[in-house]
Amino acid sequence: MSLAGKRILIAKPGLDGHDVGAKIIALALRDAGAEVIYTGLRKSPQYIARVAVEEDVDAVGLSILSGSHVDLVRDTVRHLREAQGGNIKIFVGGTIPQEDVEPLMSSGAAGVFNASQRIEDVVAEVDRLLDDA
Amino acid sequence: MNKPHTELAEPNQPSLKTPSGIEAPEVATADMVHPEGIGAPGEYPFTRGIFDNGYRGRLWTFRQYSGFGSAEETNERYKFLINQGQTGLSVALDLPTQCGYDPTDPMASSEVGKVGVPIATLADAEILFDGLDLAKLSTSFTINGTAAIIYAMYLAVADKRGIPRAKLTGTIQNDILKEYVARGTWIFPVRPSMRLIADSVMYSNEQTPRFNPISIAGAHVRDAGCTAVEEMAYTLANAFAYVDELVRRGGDPNAFAKRLSFFFYVHMDFFEEICKFRAARRYWAKQLKARYGVTDDKALMFRFGVVCGGSSLTAEQPYNNIVRVGIENMAAVFGGAQSIFTCAFDEAFQIPTETSAEIALRTQQIVAYESGISRTVDPLGGSYYVEWLTDRMEEEMEKVMAEIDEYGGTVQAIEDGYLQMRIARRALERKLDTDKGDRVVVGVNHFRHEEERNELGEVFRMNPEAVKTVVERYHHVKATRDNAAVERTLAALAAASATDDVNLMPLLVDCCHAYATVGEMVDTLKREWGEFEEPVRL
Repeated sequence: MSLAGKRILIAKPGLDGHDVGAKIIALALRDAGAEVIYTGLRKSPQYIARVAVEEDVDAVGLSILSGSHVDLVRDTVRHLREAQGGNIKIFVGGTIPQEDVEPLMSSGAAGVFNASQRIEDVVAEVDRLLDDA
Repeated sequence: MNKPHTELAEPNQPSLKTPSGIEAPEVATADMVHPEGIGAPGEYPFTRGIFDNGYRGRLWTFRQYSGFGSAEETNERYKFLINQGQTGLSVALDLPTQCGYDPTDPMASSEVGKVGVPIATLADAEILFDGLDLAKLSTSFTINGTAAIIYAMYLAVADKRGIPRAKLTGTIQNDILKEYVARGTWIFPVRPSMRLIADSVMYSNEQTPRFNPISIAGAHVRDAGCTAVEEMAYTLANAFAYVDELVRRGGDPNAFAKRLSFFFYVHMDFFEEICKFRAARRYWAKQLKARYGVTDDKALMFRFGVVCGGSSLTAEQPYNNIVRVGIENMAAVFGGAQSIFTCAFDEAFQIPTETSAEIALRTQQIVAYESGISRTVDPLGGSYYVEWLTDRMEEEMEKVMAEIDEYGGTVQAIEDGYLQMRIARRALERKLDTDKGDRVVVGVNHFRHEEERNELGEVFRMNPEAVKTVVERYHHVKATRDNAAVERTLAALAAASATDDVNLMPLLVDCCHAYATVGEMVDTLKREWGEFEEPVRL
């Protein structure tokens, strides 16, 4: 499995400061060959969409642990489309209750991950999602 | 998608190393212990605890972290917890309040009331504490970037209710350094933030002598992934940075150190958790004496609160978490904690329901009143293994602290993002160890159900009206307050923030009394100081 040549933006939308999950995934994706950009904390969906388009990434990973994931994912999808980045895949990680997975997928997320999934499974799933593109 | 890890072999024995990497002996023997370094309970260097009578004089405080929705709902939950026998409040604030945004700010919109209670003005704080006796209850606030402001709010509530400030007890976390490293609710750059902390500590020592104006916290770096040894070492390194700042500003360590407190996680490795507290308590006392010439016994005492649970809890098979928290609660007691928060079993994925919050509190009551482990002071003191591991952990802590010193000190390491990177790498290691099954997590990587079952009976539902109440009150306050007073107090704050030698606390209290908003106070300071620029390093 290799993510060589893929560009991925890992982003922290909203005010949540728990960034260890974002960093773990960023490091793991980089170890798997992807070029990874990490936004740092407290970025607005609009800012994230703009960076994603400017950096010409293949995917955006949003890490959210504050319970605000439904709004933040929906807003990021909307801003991405407005910025002509509708082809960029979005995946989401964090404390996401099972019943919120379906709403996130139908609002435009391509994958939703949780903390107990194995890193190699997450990386493989991202790889598969990007190969479908 | 969520593949079960059944291909992992079942573990047939526990790991021979502690999670901090210390090789444990098969049997500990008398020749491995140095009795001369231990001392008696209540005596320097406090290995065996800070009180000669342990918990006989006073039990630890049962302090359950809680706050959500609006001030009204949180006030109701506090009254419920107090009726159930909780002995101290612990206020969880929402992220807009923690990061200095008003509830109507576009940055705040989706986060109002989500992870804690919103306090935008004194009006919210008055409702939050309505009907609660602040002269008797001790109140702890997990607040950092806006700690000085929330502390000022608390003083303003007490002033308005005629409660003498000297009677107030409690704690504000007020530990900005670890926010840059792990928790992320920083606002201002490091240097003015350190000044704000020094101002609040010095003001508190004078105005609220029974209040802890800082709780230097290792909990968040620990939960982010570092080991127990690193948790203590990073925290002590930060603590010395605060002590240096206070000394630089003319503070007397024999006085202010009496009111420094600490806060840590308790995770699952029972003896390592117990010994890290014994080791840090001794190390702190020795270092305050050696580095700063502190002689007053009370100032040498390492006082700390703990939280049991956090990332040691799992979303899978959530009822297992009740057992985990029970074990961690016992480790905290053997370690000599002054206050304990036990996480609810569903805390890994939602705001606790009334039922899960009650079980968490009952856990503490069972440990306190049924188990008998608090009957005799430091009952594990003198155990060959416990004393040996205490020594070993102290040595390892010193090594980590020497590495930070070698880098150029903790402030430098944080400004450069070096410490953040160390923690992220440690977190990845821990995650990969869990994935491989080397670190056993029951129900997650071993002993799983073949199919995921959602065993959780009750789900917490946020009241959708709560945010509306908060926003309406905010508009009402702004429309009815004396705006001239707001402008006057904010202008005084602005002027003082441009200097380095005026204590900002009385000015913040004035702003709160005038019903200035948290966002207005923060913006005033931002105009003078700017914002922290996060070093993003991978």
